[in-house]
Amino acid sequence: MKWEKLGVVYDPTKSENRPDWRYDFAQGINSLIYEDFIRIYFCCREKPDMYGRTVSRMTYLDVDKKDPTKVIQVADHPVIELGGLGEFDEFGQYPFSVIRDGDIIRGFYGGITRCESVPFNAAIGECISRDNGDHFEKIGRGPVLSYSYDEPFIIGSPKIRKFGDIFYMTYCSGRKWTIRDGKRAEVCYKLRMAVSKDAVNWEKWHRNLIQDKLGENESQACGDILYRNGVYHMFYCYRGHEDFRRNPAHSYRIGYALSKDLITWERKDEIVGIDLSEEGFDNEMIAYPHVFETDGETYMLYLGNEVGKYGFGIARLDGEIE
Amino acid sequence: MSYNYGRIFIPQDYGLEYCKSPQAIVFDEFVRIYFSYCVPDGKKLISRTGFVDFDKKFKKIRKVSKDVMPDGVLGAFDEHGIFPFSPFRDGTQIKAITSGWTRRQSVSTDAALGLAVSNDAGETFKRYGDGPVMAATVNEPYLVADGFVVKSDEYGYLMYYIFGTDWADYDEADQPERTYKIAIAQSDNLLDWKRDGKQIIESRFPGEAQALPTVIYWKGCWHMAFCYRHTVGFRNDSSHAYRIGYASSLDMWNWKRDDSKIKIPLEDWCNEMQCYPNLFKMDGNLYFLYNGNHFAQNGFGLMKLEGF
Repeated sequence: MKWEKLGVVYDPTKSENRPDWRYDFAQGINSLIYEDFIRIYFCCREKPDMYGRTVSRMTYLDVDKKDPTKVIQVADHPVIELGGLGEFDEFGQYPFSVIRDGDIIRGFYGGITRCESVPFNAAIGECISRDNGDHFEKIGRGPVLSYSYDEPFIIGSPKIRKFGDIFYMTYCSGRKWTIRDGKRAEVCYKLRMAVSKDAVNWEKWHRNLIQDKLGENESQACGDILYRNGVYHMFYCYRGHEDFRRNPAHSYRIGYALSKDLITWERKDEIVGIDLSEEGFDNEMIAYPHVFETDGETYMLYLGNEVGKYGFGIARLDGEIE
Repeated sequence: MSYNYGRIFIPQDYGLEYCKSPQAIVFDEFVRIYFSYCVPDGKKLISRTGFVDFDKKFKKIRKVSKDVMPDGVLGAFDEHGIFPFSPFRDGTQIKAITSGWTRRQSVSTDAALGLAVSNDAGETFKRYGDGPVMAATVNEPYLVADGFVVKSDEYGYLMYYIFGTDWADYDEADQPERTYKIAIAQSDNLLDWKRDGKQIIESRFPGEAQALPTVIYWKGCWHMAFCYRHTVGFRNDSSHAYRIGYASSLDMWNWKRDDSKIKIPLEDWCNEMQCYPNLFKMDGNLYFLYNGNHFAQNGFGLMKLEGF
């Protein structure tokens, strides 16, 4: 498998007119195909407050179908309101994943709340757009996928797909928080799956989807699945437990696994066909892949250094997946 | 006439502060009453589970334990304490639904319900996983707590519990205050719960917060005791503080409220607040445990209920 990098789609640090609600970062990316363009939903961060704290908002930009590195327009508003006082998504919504379902578009996102002993917690919320993707509304004040006896915290990074009559949502599930040397607490999470017939009531599978490669503290997120030639192909990202934000030895890479039944996955990161660049916005990290097909081509959107601080790029599949 | 034992346990006598939500498990020779006591953790108080064993006449204390369960892990739903701890017999085992607390930044706390299991007849309990068995859902956005399980031949496990309906700022309050209501959930395995976010006990006034339902079958009818308070002013204003509520049901699902059924004789330790009730049966009698002033700071009392 080989992915040809086409370049950066959007770098928020080079955007001259940045409103406070879209101050920096572009992450948590997901696409939606329209007749004349491709909409790319992404999550930006509000200008930090006096304590350096920020809030993730969800918005979009549209790109040219013939040249998806060409941005046609950037939305001038977040697509959804933040949660109210005490709600699971009061302090951010990130990442975002959408799917068409009849006349509506369903969106799933990680809702962020702030805690005392650890910096944050997350659970997955659901929202619906009835204006073709310009605005979304929560289907309720609480999360649709939250904590359970075996998944105590950090339920996030949803990726939604539908195969046959079943909705499949991969997500990450926190396994442990650790604090070393009095530094900021770090969390470890694994890829898991929940399924649903109505996209509202979800049943967890209660097990990890793929085996660890970097040891038990490896974190995995963003499992995005394509079905082709009778095989399910999953792209995701994984990293080490500490010092992963800048250090390429521990930072995110994109991985690949395949399955015939969505249940048993064979991990084959070595053939994913995309890695760090020698230089540029993705020379320290590549992360949070999103794959989609349009006009006979297969594309991958992905984040670069510091998990999207300098935006996201796009790559085109050269040849077949395997 | 109900017989009032008055206050039967003073936590300070045993080096403890608070003994919130006394809940009984009856053994052949004694009755064990679990409760939540409080310890400072450097910032605020956290609740831990203890118990006291009484003889069946409540004249003698046989044992007090402070080591029923370890604290929750970093970042988990119960890392800042468990209150209440609600034990129940399930076949030969004793299990418990725990209300775990975790501190937040914009509001003081969130809560979710865990499951714990004892393999030594109730001396100690182990968590069934680090996470909760029931947490917030799309219709119950926060503060899922106060679970009380009743086994039913017809419905498997039913759990009466509360969920938060509002966090809000009020002019009269110096921090956001919460409102919650009593609801019911059903399960076949104690892990997966079905519920619909519907309040099952009618409110008596706007801003009523309902808490800590306890349910028992007695003489042809289901009885529920709970406590209720105002959303604002409940800490310092006795007229807004917790009182005991009561409701009855023939089918476990539909409840008729009548708070006049349970009257606690007021003594100086419970004259400003009455809260955290627990109903239990022992040797053909129906008993009622309750807490008093300052959210159970100074003990719990007991009544033998007649006329139900």
